Amino acid sequence: MALCVLAIYLGWVVLASLRADDAHLITIDGSSTVFPITEAAAEEFQRAHRGQFKVIVGISGTGGGFKKFCRGETDIQDASRPITAEEREVCRRNGIGYYELPIAYDALTIVVSRRNSWVDSMTILELKRAWEPSAQGTVSRWNQIRPDWPDAPLKLFGAGSDSGTFDYFTKVVMGRPKASRGDYTASEDDNTLVQGIARDQYALGYIPFGYYESNQHKIRAVPVDAGSGPRAPSRQTVEAGTYQPLARPLLIYVNGTSANRSDVRTFVESYLSDAARFASEVNFVPLPAEVYALAAGHFRTGRVGTVFSAGSSAGVPLLEVLQREAAL
Amino acid sequence: MSHDIRMQIAGNKRRDRCFAAAGLVAMAFAVLILLFLLMTLGVEGGRRLSWEFLTSYPSRVPSRAGILPGCIGTVLVMLVTAWTSVPLGVAAAVYLEEYAPKNWLTAAIEINIANLAGVPSIVYGLMALGLFVYQLHLGHSILTAGLTLALLCLPVVIIATREAIRTVPLSIREASYALGATKWQTVRDHVLPYSTGGILTGVIIALSRAIGETAPLITVGALSFIAFLPTSPVTAEPPFLSLRWLLDPFTVLPMQMFNWVSRPQEAFHLNAAGAGLVLMSVTLAMNGLAFYIRYRTRRRIQW
Repeated sequence: MALCVLAIYLGWVVLASLRADDAHLITIDGSSTVFPITEAAAEEFQRAHRGQFKVIVGISGTGGGFKKFCRGETDIQDASRPITAEEREVCRRNGIGYYELPIAYDALTIVVSRRNSWVDSMTILELKRAWEPSAQGTVSRWNQIRPDWPDAPLKLFGAGSDSGTFDYFTKVVMGRPKASRGDYTASEDDNTLVQGIARDQYALGYIPFGYYESNQHKIRAVPVDAGSGPRAPSRQTVEAGTYQPLARPLLIYVNGTSANRSDVRTFVESYLSDAARFASEVNFVPLPAEVYALAAGHFRTGRVGTVFSAGSSAGVPLLEVLQREAAL
Repeated sequence: MSHDIRMQIAGNKRRDRCFAAAGLVAMAFAVLILLFLLMTLGVEGGRRLSWEFLTSYPSRVPSRAGILPGCIGTVLVMLVTAWTSVPLGVAAAVYLEEYAPKNWLTAAIEINIANLAGVPSIVYGLMALGLFVYQLHLGHSILTAGLTLALLCLPVVIIATREAIRTVPLSIREASYALGATKWQTVRDHVLPYSTGGILTGVIIALSRAIGETAPLITVGALSFIAFLPTSPVTAEPPFLSLRWLLDPFTVLPMQMFNWVSRPQEAFHLNAAGAGLVLMSVTLAMNGLAFYIRYRTRRRIQW
């Protein structure tokens, strides 16, 4: 008898637990570069609403994140590069519409250890010489990049192939996304790279600007020469558009269906309105205020799709790019 | 002649002292390392330990960050682990020890269970990712994590339970059969009560190993920023209990530590040490409990 009552009660508990869940969860995943900004937004949002909303922010890399986003598993995607043609195709097939919203600027920063005394600048061509696929197994000493550099081993560090940083770097330096040698220390976690580079005098690597700025006592940024003289990455050169072509916009993509949910909508709106503050707090370069306003406008009026599909966007002011025709 | 014997005795005594000294050094070495670990953790993490640290959510600001979701997550995951691994493990051990026929199949199963206890935990994580996340669609939830750790505990629980059951003398079982009791009655009324101490000790040691596991949980749970608690298991409206927390996302103490250690700012490393201190105290407390239970049940048994 008692067992019977217990069984009925437990059945009731299970049924009650299975009832439709109305307390929604905002799931975000993607780039580790964008993570600190989104983490700040999520933290402030949850603090402001005192536990009314739940936000979860994961780190799977831009590529890994887009796989989940285009299956409809996540509400928001952190991206350190625009969505690719293949990813758009998957989204289209699965009927996923999305808003594309810029959050901050990043400058891909070429770094060496503080103990490296010989590198004062590098040209894009020299970067290509170090990283191109045909360098694999052949370019392994510093003097192979520039003859007056020491005859010392070259230890390369860089983003893993699931990372948007990897896609962007290879596209800009090699001219083709994902064209890179494979025999270097790769990680999706930028902190790992910072620690590896800091410890090795012969290291050369590329990381997001934010990770460089908070580790300046351990690593040194190498000014990059793209034809108009060496330029060091900084807030000024990024904003002025002179740190080209390695400056890039960081983006979030919001699932079109999720955007109809009031919690997602409130979160995205508060994210956009405070993005400048969050970005500079975690050492990224904020976008001009007009760009945030334009993005917020697009989100409000329901303009879905990406503006990065047509033509090159490197070197074009972001405000101009954003006003292009958007396509899913 | 007697001189020779005396020489030999003196030599043996010297060797005896040498070995005692070597043993002492070995033990002192182990204890010193443990003490050193505890001290560094205590010095680094002690500064961060406060009521606020225990009751705050993680944050991007190191001084504001706390371990509340990690603590609650650890407790809930351990609940799932204990509820699944203990009944399964004890039942399996009782079957193997009392019911199973002694043939090659049983022997093969026994060897495999012993092997399973030595499988690296990351392998359990990969297996759980395939089974619980992709096949059964349980998601990156507390239920998945709890079941993964339960798999990890199961071999240890089975082995400990079998050892405990074996310490019950055969004469007790025979006396019970002589009075006409069935096998199940014997197991329920004699074997299990007498081996409870041993079983509980094994269970607690298995759980205190599982509580510090990170690798299998990172494979099933993905590292993420979580600043909220799972749904409360107790609700205000009937039926007053809810199982919804089982499918909620989670973080646990070791994962929170891992997250903090991998950050560049030094202050987060202190937070990790603080969380480590909490985790270590919990583990020590669990081991102490195991010790106490063994002591008490041993005193109570009077054959």
